[in-house]
Amino acid sequence: MKIFLFLHALHGRKKNKEESKLKITGSEIFVRSLKEEKVKHIFGFPGATILGIYDQLYEETEIQHLLVRHEQGAVHAADGYARASGKPGVCLVTSGPGATNIVTGLATAFMDSIPLVAFTGQVPTSMIGNDAFQEADIVGITRSITKHNYLVSHVKDLAKTIKEAFYIATTGRPGPVLVDLPKDVLLDETEFHYPAEVSIRGYKPNYIGHPKQIQSALKLIAKAKRPIIYSGGGVIRSGAMAELLTFVEKAKIPITNTLLGLGGVPGDHPLFLGMLGMHGTKYANLAVTQCDLLVAIGARFDDRVTGKLEKFAPKAKYIHLDIDPAAISKNVQVNLPIVGDAKLILQKLNEAVSPGDYSAWIKQIEKWKKEFPLSYQKSDKVIKPQFVIEQIYEMVKDRAIISTEVGQHQMWVAHYYKFNEKRTLITSGGLGTMGYGFPAAIGAQTACPDKIVFDIAGDGSFQMVSQELAMAVQYQLPVKVAILNNQYLGMVRQWQELFMNKRYSGTPMEYAPDFVKLAEAYGAVGLRATKPTEVKSVIKEAISINKPVVIDFRIAREENVFPMVPAGAGIGEMILS
Amino acid sequence: MRHTISVFVENKFGVLARIASLFSARGYNIDSLSVGETTDPTISRMTIVTQGDDQIIEQVIKQLRRLMEVIKVIDLTQSDFIAREMVLIKVEANQDHRAEILRIADIFRGKIIDVNPKTMTMEVTGDEGKIKALIDLFKPIGIKEIARTGKVSMARGKQEKQQ
Repeated sequence: MKIFLFLHALHGRKKNKEESKLKITGSEIFVRSLKEEKVKHIFGFPGATILGIYDQLYEETEIQHLLVRHEQGAVHAADGYARASGKPGVCLVTSGPGATNIVTGLATAFMDSIPLVAFTGQVPTSMIGNDAFQEADIVGITRSITKHNYLVSHVKDLAKTIKEAFYIATTGRPGPVLVDLPKDVLLDETEFHYPAEVSIRGYKPNYIGHPKQIQSALKLIAKAKRPIIYSGGGVIRSGAMAELLTFVEKAKIPITNTLLGLGGVPGDHPLFLGMLGMHGTKYANLAVTQCDLLVAIGARFDDRVTGKLEKFAPKAKYIHLDIDPAAISKNVQVNLPIVGDAKLILQKLNEAVSPGDYSAWIKQIEKWKKEFPLSYQKSDKVIKPQFVIEQIYEMVKDRAIISTEVGQHQMWVAHYYKFNEKRTLITSGGLGTMGYGFPAAIGAQTACPDKIVFDIAGDGSFQMVSQELAMAVQYQLPVKVAILNNQYLGMVRQWQELFMNKRYSGTPMEYAPDFVKLAEAYGAVGLRATKPTEVKSVIKEAISINKPVVIDFRIAREENVFPMVPAGAGIGEMILS
Repeated sequence: MRHTISVFVENKFGVLARIASLFSARGYNIDSLSVGETTDPTISRMTIVTQGDDQIIEQVIKQLRRLMEVIKVIDLTQSDFIAREMVLIKVEANQDHRAEILRIADIFRGKIIDVNPKTMTMEVTGDEGKIKALIDLFKPIGIKEIARTGKVSMARGKQEKQQ
């Protein structure tokens, strides 16, 4: 009897042990789920609620954690990583202020349809709603700036939620997804099963364009006399660059890009008209204004593109290809919508498209190109920002990824840098986030260690995120920052010059750090160019240094971005200088 | 134009907030909103009454469909549909008015559900016009309090698939 009891007890103990073997903590589930998603890099900043995850990451070898110096840097870096690689970016921050610091970055990624998954710590479920220390309702705060978001309330739901988050972020029209992780969920234990598939009954993206719509599009293209293609970020997100080029060449239709669409076709292609819109080329805008057929591909008729809507392509029929049904007929009424993936639809179009007779139209556009070329007043006394960008392009050509901040320099990059390769421009188009470019460049460099990564920045934007120099130095990411330093918030100053009678309110920025010394203080390299003759050698030197480099280009202070469409005007009505 | 839209959603925590914040973030109106479980307990049905021109309504519906937790959206205004709302109405009921209140309740097929020496409370269901007519009739008598539901609606005839 005694023996029996003993055996029974032993058996019981063994069973418990087996059970506990199978159960793992939420923190461990988190890390294992990320491995299932083949995540290699996390940009993050620790805190109390996510201590458990950081403990798991301590000896982790498959996933590298990169410590940012401000959570804003984490989300922008994850975004830049996604744009450069096409893979989802991942960031990890703590509850409360950690979470609220990524709000701008989520909105940036949401506006530009960038796949990223943001994980935020949260106070324990029992304390939610009590105004606990470092508590913020981040799911409520980010509802309208994420594609979807989750509060995980039980450890049993954790793996499934992570699986869904990556699925939602990367499918359909991509976008950021936030997963809020209460501390107790990360401490609790359960068995780990990573689901093989996702089924969300309210989410079934349509990839294949309707065959009838595609047939109708072919007919409209054949009938057109003055067609033009206007393509956007959707082409890049879909990876449809080769298909787009085939389409352009087979149909022989001239093409213009949005800011986010740059790189969709090679920047030096003879049928390429540069960017359209507020700071587009005059010839692109004239072509759009005069066209009789506008083929929009993965673009959403943003107000910076269309200007005054009534004057946007007023003579044209519109074909609109987009993965998101809600993008269609949102800003303009479209004659022929095709909902689906740009790559698949273009493949179908390419099977059957044949060019109409557009020779007179192309001749007209060539004439406009000659009549209104992009140009700037060259100087041998003072450094012109356009010249710096041209020189960077000449020296790195297609070996580089270019990120930008937001403002004048961003538009000069769009004008004077030729994006011939896919995924080589990383810029905040929709939200226009200053301070985006530098952390995004660090993310891009992490994803593409063999590329030269340049952040072309303004002095204003760079000061918003200069602390991330520490991250770049720590992880030996040799990002180059080219500051086009005019000691002004240049774009706003330009508006004040043109529309506010030169009342430069809040825009002069003479008080800035010495950027060379700042770089050196962080352990990076600082260089400076003050004369046009120094530009080339400084860029060359920066490229040769295998470390983060900040170059302070002292440029012409009151240079303006032209051409320009004043607010409220049609895009055909441009100020040229 | 006013549109009545049926929205089938996941019966989950936070879905109502998501729909409400979509409307406020994009500047759409909600005239009325009501929610309840369907025959499938994992699905709720919302009836949303909203206003706008055709382009706005098209956007409202498309934006609703973008939400992960929205399973199906139907614009009932496109077809023949029935709509009802319910009102609880408390009126002053002194001796002079009691008979008239009862008469009105009878005409409107209302039910008196609470009586005390000073007030009578009745329950009436009907379409918007009927509820408005009832309120107009009671106004001169003296309405103490009103509680109304939002509109609930469905198409006439065949059953709507929820998914």
